[in-house]
Amino acid sequence: MSPTTELAPAGLAPADEPRTLVQDLTRGDRNFQRIATAAAATTLAVMGLIALFLVVQAWPAISKAGFSFFTRFEWGPDDDPAIYGIASALGGTVVIALIALVLAVPVSIGTALFVNEYAPRWLRSPLVTVIDLLAAIPSIVFGLWGREFLNTPISNISRFLAEHVRFIPIFKTDALFFGNSYLVCGVVLSLMIVPIITSVSRSVMTEVPRGHCEAALALGGTRAGMIKSVVLPFSKGGLVGASMLGLGRALGETIAVALILSIDNRLLTNVVQPGGSAVAGLIAVKFPEASTNGRSALIGAGLALFIVTLIVNVGARRIVGRSGKAVRSGKAS
Amino acid sequence: MATPLTPAQAEARTFHPASDVPRRIRNFTTREVTELIAFLVFAVLVTLALFAFTPLAGSFGFVVVAYLLFLATYFIAERARGDRQVGIDRVVTVIITSAAIITAIPLILIVFSVVQRGLRGLSLGFFTETMEGIAPDAPSTDGGGMHAILGTLVQVLLATLLCVPFGVLTAIYLNEVRGKLTPIVRPIVDAMSGVPSVVAGLFIYSVWVIGLGQGFSGFAASLALSVLMLPTVARASEEMLKLVDPGLRESSLALGSPQWRTVVQVVLPTARAGIVTAVILGIARVAGETAPLLMTAFGNDRANPQQTLSEPQEALPLFIYKQVTNAQGSAVDRAWAGALVLVGLVLILFVLARAVSKPTVKR
Repeated sequence: MSPTTELAPAGLAPADEPRTLVQDLTRGDRNFQRIATAAAATTLAVMGLIALFLVVQAWPAISKAGFSFFTRFEWGPDDDPAIYGIASALGGTVVIALIALVLAVPVSIGTALFVNEYAPRWLRSPLVTVIDLLAAIPSIVFGLWGREFLNTPISNISRFLAEHVRFIPIFKTDALFFGNSYLVCGVVLSLMIVPIITSVSRSVMTEVPRGHCEAALALGGTRAGMIKSVVLPFSKGGLVGASMLGLGRALGETIAVALILSIDNRLLTNVVQPGGSAVAGLIAVKFPEASTNGRSALIGAGLALFIVTLIVNVGARRIVGRSGKAVRSGKAS
Repeated sequence: MATPLTPAQAEARTFHPASDVPRRIRNFTTREVTELIAFLVFAVLVTLALFAFTPLAGSFGFVVVAYLLFLATYFIAERARGDRQVGIDRVVTVIITSAAIITAIPLILIVFSVVQRGLRGLSLGFFTETMEGIAPDAPSTDGGGMHAILGTLVQVLLATLLCVPFGVLTAIYLNEVRGKLTPIVRPIVDAMSGVPSVVAGLFIYSVWVIGLGQGFSGFAASLALSVLMLPTVARASEEMLKLVDPGLRESSLALGSPQWRTVVQVVLPTARAGIVTAVILGIARVAGETAPLLMTAFGNDRANPQQTLSEPQEALPLFIYKQVTNAQGSAVDRAWAGALVLVGLVLILFVLARAVSKPTVKR
């Protein structure tokens, strides 16, 4: 220590120590904390109970079917002997969600970039409102609209694809009818997941250090160059996470799929012909008229869906969180 | 890259002191807009010609071909005039702007078709009559959705009453109490917001409907909806509590008031508008849920708000679903009328949330 800093009178030094803080809660405070803790614990418990009760109620069906529950395609829990498996449903769910993701991710990231980097200031908040409104429209309305207004145009496109783009296997079919297909579901679901991907992408992009962006522009870069060299590298991880959150939504979407897909328990290799299956849609369609055994099997399907979406969502949150932390510490992910 | 600059590029890169004004990167010049429109018109005209003289057809194909043609010609033209980077920048601007337009179009189309088709089936009777004793093939003017509207109101109200105390207290736990469970509770609440609604329905079916043998009821639907609402309310309220100025909290504590008084009399009133907004948005989210109602409320053709605890009950989304799937063409009109009422309800909640949040929360 240099001598110049020792100017303070030696006698005052001991008084300048921080005093020890003693936290002595009143009875009211202890009760308050207990109540809040109980509420938080209830929230935790609900999540645990979901898993527990789904397992308990699905057990009769799953134990009867054994591992074939995950490998069989047919759904006939009330047949004699009962046959049921979710292989086709799981496959269909994944295909539909992937179609939705492929369509929604570019549009969402573009929209997020537009709102953050391109839109004039007066246009920003109306655009955010539009995205929020899109998120607020109930899925039953999306389903109804898709079934009545989107099915025919997409059938026409499907016919064109099936006739002229046959060399791509997912469009290759000999079917005479199109529509009520994976593709129609995927398109409708993509509209439904655009809001969540856009808003998460936007919040990730807002974290990109503004100084870096301005530096890129000051060096004479164009906006496209700035986005390519600063915004996207910094927010890459967060964008992956945002897309996964969208995937989670698409996997769990039920009623729009139930209204649009004509469920027939096949696993189709093309996306344009009617038919196929999806876990959530299967549950919604079969539940009302199912018997006890059928409902137990459907709860099993719900359990599988729960586990898959849980993994996707928790993974997504971790990626978004980690990317945010990396950006704040100044490293591009 | 040592390629010699073209005169145009050299000009673009020369420093002109007179032009040393801030870059207005968000502004468009008149020339840029004119060029854009000119190339767009050009692309449309060429596509029209293409579609007239070749076997190409279909409106979707038209849009795709015209758009690609527009991008290609626009890029070539901009690039020919100056820098390659400028050409790329212009095309990227167009692509990103189109993405935003693509996002807005479905909303407009959906709202338009819901209003148009909904008004066809909507009459005063829709608000005063039920589906009791209405044949499946009856004309759409017979019967109505009064029972469904009542059911939705009762179920959503009960769900709100069940969920809000837990949601707000969980938020208080996360932001004010900050107990040992905080690092577990927050990710679990996040994970819960990703639970598919149909799984929440199956959960309440497993616990309440068959587990405890209570049977299908409107109350079971409220339970499922509150499970779905809880994470929305908890996380949004937590964000609102975070916005409360720490100075306020510390002043209150420094004046000697215990923590619970600080929370009840200082923190919560300050965050009230934000929390109300969070709750309204939570309500708007669950009011349109259909899947969980299939296995909890189950549906009913008559109005029974008094038997919410004991009998299956109708709800608007369920009503729409049943009208679309169960019956003849005439019922679809009823479904659209229901959709119009439902969208109206959600929009009112949405506007309400905006109005409440305006004075206190500024972004």
